[in-house]
Amino acid sequence: MRRQLPLALCFIFGVFTAIQYYVPHFRVQWFQERLLQWLMTLLAFAFLLGTVSLIKVHYHKLRDRAPDRGFSLVVFAGLFTMIGLGFIHPDHHAPGSPFNQMFLNVQVPIEATMFSLLAFYVASAAFRAFRARTLEATLLLIAAAIVMLGRVPIGDLISPKIPEATRWILEVPNLTAKRGVMIGVGLGMMATALKIMLGIERAWMGGSD
Amino acid sequence: MRSHFTIIAALAILATLAPAPAAAQEAGDLETVLPDTIPLDTTPPAPVTGLTVRDYVDNDDDGTKIELAWTPSPDDGAGAADVLAYHVWRSTTAGVVGDSVGVAGAGSATFLDETAVPGTDYHYGVTAFDGTSHSAPATAGPVRGVRNWFAVSRTAVLVLAVVFFALVLAFTQLAERGAELFVRRIPGLNAIEEAVGRATEMGRPVLYVPGIGEIDNIMTIASLTILSHVAKITARYETPLIVPTARAVVMSAAEEVVKEAYAEAGHPDSYNRDNIRYLSDAQFAFAGAVNGIMLREKPAANLYLGAFWAESLLLAETGFEAGAIQVAGTAMVSQLPFFVTACDYTLLGEELYAASAYLSREPKLLGGLKGSDWMKVVTIALVVLGIILNAVGVESFAEWFHTS
Repeated sequence: MRRQLPLALCFIFGVFTAIQYYVPHFRVQWFQERLLQWLMTLLAFAFLLGTVSLIKVHYHKLRDRAPDRGFSLVVFAGLFTMIGLGFIHPDHHAPGSPFNQMFLNVQVPIEATMFSLLAFYVASAAFRAFRARTLEATLLLIAAAIVMLGRVPIGDLISPKIPEATRWILEVPNLTAKRGVMIGVGLGMMATALKIMLGIERAWMGGSD
Repeated sequence: MRSHFTIIAALAILATLAPAPAAAQEAGDLETVLPDTIPLDTTPPAPVTGLTVRDYVDNDDDGTKIELAWTPSPDDGAGAADVLAYHVWRSTTAGVVGDSVGVAGAGSATFLDETAVPGTDYHYGVTAFDGTSHSAPATAGPVRGVRNWFAVSRTAVLVLAVVFFALVLAFTQLAERGAELFVRRIPGLNAIEEAVGRATEMGRPVLYVPGIGEIDNIMTIASLTILSHVAKITARYETPLIVPTARAVVMSAAEEVVKEAYAEAGHPDSYNRDNIRYLSDAQFAFAGAVNGIMLREKPAANLYLGAFWAESLLLAETGFEAGAIQVAGTAMVSQLPFFVTACDYTLLGEELYAASAYLSREPKLLGGLKGSDWMKVVTIALVVLGIILNAVGVESFAEWFHTS
């Protein structure tokens, strides 16, 4: 029963979700919308589980005097400060509220910093990828050099053919490869969904029987 | 300088004393201002042509929508170029203009009436309007809004889905009867056990990142199936397995998957719940936290399998710098180049979905793989056929695949 009930629910809701794609009738779509709302409600409750897990893991680090426990203190300071600030102001999303101020002036800049690191990581990864050690790597290097030059004004100054070559590389060989991968991905997704709906694939539930 | 100020001040005083032009207009007769040689436009614009009406089917079809399409008036943007709008009229009786149901701007060629009563026959008319007069109406009908139970425009998708499912089920049956199914070697999947073995030799943990997709993302589900296989290997080798997650539901599912896998491998006591961690829903907070785990807990093998966005390279480059063996796999086409560059092995697109069958070698799962391969053959054949037919002027075949 522990396995049969989830499998039965998975089959029923999986088949319904597949069928509703072909049935535009408003009553069917109304039920589909309710399903999505239930999913959101479920996710909101699960968020509590996540917070409990976070607190537990870092509490254990502090209790066991783990070498990197200082980071756990930072996690608790951030977590409880934000929870506290959320309760202080009736509308924590209001501009100027302490919660919103902390979000805009602490979290957003930190996330932007992480994102901007990507530029340096792209440069270091490209440096490794563009070493002409094999024929494929050499082709990649040439294609990348053309595309990079074609995307900046100096490329056009060197020769108007460079932006044209860039466009051709992106729209013909690059797009062809992308579409090939995407067709495979689409079929893989459908096959996986079918196997899960029919209960052929069960490892996602834990165990394989 | 002072003389300049005196002149400016004098001019300002004169300006205030002089009668304003607006005042002159108010005082005088309008006819003295507007020349009486401008005739009023009494010529109606040329009518629209080719009006068609149809029951509009969208993804919330309550039978109240009728779509109209027409060829704009020759006086719209050309000719007299005086069309300001198109008025749409509706009646339940043929030959009667009826009530106005809306206005479409100049240049429009379609209108969606969302106020029809389902099951009622309507006749529509469209007139071009130039500000003073309407053109003769173009009429069409009758048409009725219907609450549709099937989206006809998606027939092609349904047919292909049925063919695909039939292929998958047929090959699954074949595999169950003992047929030998060839599956090509996927180096990335072979490398998973090698990576875990290396971590075991070095006495360091394995890091498994199931992406940042929610549980309703099929990539996340595929990742959880691979996690089950990886957990069995780490359980056998008694190597710690760390699974950081960005979604609380994924964390709960991963807990179950790893726990069951450890139990199946005969090492339920080795399961450590604290190693299945929820970090943050925020994309870059999650990336920062995972990078922290890589640098502090120094896993020897990093496996990134699932849905990844811009954090993919942040993770993979940090793992590379930390010296871990790295295997990645995602169906996010835009992230594949990053993983290919920074990881030792990468599962490209569909290989992520093939992983479970490949690793378990279960006949039933292998049947699904074969079905996908044959569907690719069907897809390629359809694409080639479509190209040939389009080249010889038969476009209806390609149009059949258009969906809305």
